[in-house]
Amino acid sequence: MIKILLMLVFFICCSTGGEIAMSYGMKRVGEPESFRPMPLLRFFWRAARSGWILLAAPLMAASFYSLLILLSWAPISLVIPASAFNYVVGTFGAKYLLKEDVSIKRWLGVLMVCAGVTIVLLTGQG
Amino acid sequence: MNHEHRLRFKTLAMVLLMVVCANTGDLLLKRGMTQIGEVRISFSGLWQPLLATIHNPTIWLAILFLLGFTLCYMTAVSWADYSYVMPAGAFGYAVQTLLAIVVLHETVNAKRWFGVIVICIGVLLVGQTKPRTSTVPAEGASANRAAVSS
Repeated sequence: MIKILLMLVFFICCSTGGEIAMSYGMKRVGEPESFRPMPLLRFFWRAARSGWILLAAPLMAASFYSLLILLSWAPISLVIPASAFNYVVGTFGAKYLLKEDVSIKRWLGVLMVCAGVTIVLLTGQG
Repeated sequence: MNHEHRLRFKTLAMVLLMVVCANTGDLLLKRGMTQIGEVRISFSGLWQPLLATIHNPTIWLAILFLLGFTLCYMTAVSWADYSYVMPAGAFGYAVQTLLAIVVLHETVNAKRWFGVIVICIGVLLVGQTKPRTSTVPAEGASANRAAVSS
């Protein structure tokens, strides 16, 4: 059980950490100047050289593989709600690390999305 | 249209494009892997499907759509808050359900519909909030400011 819990914590940390690093990195990179091919290429080239994006990519890969390992170790009824819990942890990360202003309305929306995703995935039709 | 409305509109449009790319990519990947057949876990069992994957145009099309998803996601988080884009992306489950009915002709049970409705209400709530509240300075912007001040 401790092994599963540790892997769950690792999965959530990698997944949320990767997405937060990606979000921070993309804000540092800035918006694309326009949607013409050359400015878009320049935008993605700037992103590809950002240290934050280079940190996000292995974290996201680690989260994907830890999810696969978790699915082989634990029942899906445990893994799926835990992966949907990412929405809540991600919102905490956004609030405290990225200093985003998360209103009550946004929290309510996040909790509903988290509950909805759990229901959908537990139907086994995903 | 003021700045906030424009930002909300373009972010939600990008999230929709991101969701469509992700679901189309997954669907094509499923179709491509079905064409290849069941993968057996052994050296020869893995080698054959790997070669078949490289030569399968459906798999390449799927990769193209999944790459599109990543680029849309990167663009969306460069505009709006992570806590805005992330839950809005869950709208993909609703699109996935519709695709399952329309493309794969699957039957969807009441529990799944309930989950999809809960997700849609959640996305609607998040969608009504201010899309960008954080003030992370862009590297280009700070460089520009430094150039102006010097």
